[in-house]
Amino acid sequence: MPALPLDEAGKYVAAAYIVFLTLVVVYVAIIGAKIARIDRELTELASEDDQ
Amino acid sequence: MYSKGFKPLAGATVVTLATAMALVFFYAPLDADQGFVQKIFYVHVPMAIVSLCGFVAGGIMAIRYLRSGDSSWDVRSYVAIHLSIILGVGVLATGAIWAKASWGHWWVWDEPVLVSFLVVVLLYCVYYPLRFSIEDPERQARYSSVFAIAAGAFVPLNFAAVRMAEAYTHPRVLSQTGGNLPGEMRLTFLVSLLAMTLLFVTLWKLELISKHASMQLKRLKRKLAEREAVAA
Repeated sequence: MPALPLDEAGKYVAAAYIVFLTLVVVYVAIIGAKIARIDRELTELASEDDQ
Repeated sequence: MYSKGFKPLAGATVVTLATAMALVFFYAPLDADQGFVQKIFYVHVPMAIVSLCGFVAGGIMAIRYLRSGDSSWDVRSYVAIHLSIILGVGVLATGAIWAKASWGHWWVWDEPVLVSFLVVVLLYCVYYPLRFSIEDPERQARYSSVFAIAAGAFVPLNFAAVRMAEAYTHPRVLSQTGGNLPGEMRLTFLVSLLAMTLLFVTLWKLELISKHASMQLKRLKRKLAEREAVAA
C-alpha cells in the first residue's frame, strides 16, 4: 500500500498515542483512587483510636 | 518499603517520556515507505518489548518466591504480570491501528508476530481466574508462581519460534546485523524504549506501594478488632 497522506495518517497516529496515554492515565487514576481510599480509612481509624 | 526512590524515578520517567515524544515528532525523519504512519512504531514496539520482558520478569520473581517463600516476591510477580497484560492490550490496540493504516486491515491472521503476541496475551489472561479462584493465600501464591514460571518460559520460546519462521511480512527492527533503522530513527527508538521501561518500573512501584499500604491497613484493622474483642 502507498504511504497515506499526512491528514489521513495523522488520525491513525493520534489514535495510537491516545490509546497509550488513556491506558496510562486510567491506570494511574485507579491506583491513585485506591491510595486515596487507604489514606481516608487510615485517617478514620486514627481518629477512632484517639476517641 | 517500596516508596524509596519513587519520586526521582517518576520524575525521570516524565522527562524521558517528554524527550521521547519530542524526538518522535520533531527529530525522527519520516519513513520513506510508510510516511507519517510509521510514528506509531515508536509507541507500539517499545510497548511490546517491555510487555514481553515484564512477563519474563514476572516468571523470575515467581522463581524467587518459590525459592524463598517470601510472599512479597509473589506480589511483585503478580504486579509485573498485571502491568504487562495492560501494556499487551495497548500493543494489540496500537498494532491494529497501525495494520489498518499500513495494510488496510485491522487484523491479519497470517502474520506470525501479531498472532503469537495475541496468543501470549490470551495465555496470561488465564492468570487472573487461576489466581483469584484460590482462596488460601499460600496455595494461591504457589499455583500462580508455577503458572508465571511456565508462561514466562513460553514467552522467549514463542519469540524465537516466530523469528525462525520463514514468513517475514512484519518488519524486523533489531537484528544481529544491526537492523535497518537509520541513526535518527534508532536513537528515537532507543529513547522511546528507555521511556517505556522507566514507565513500567514506575507504575510497578506505584502499584506495589498501593498493595503494601492496603495490606498494612488490613493488618491494622485486624489488630484493632482483636483489641476491641479483648476489651469487650
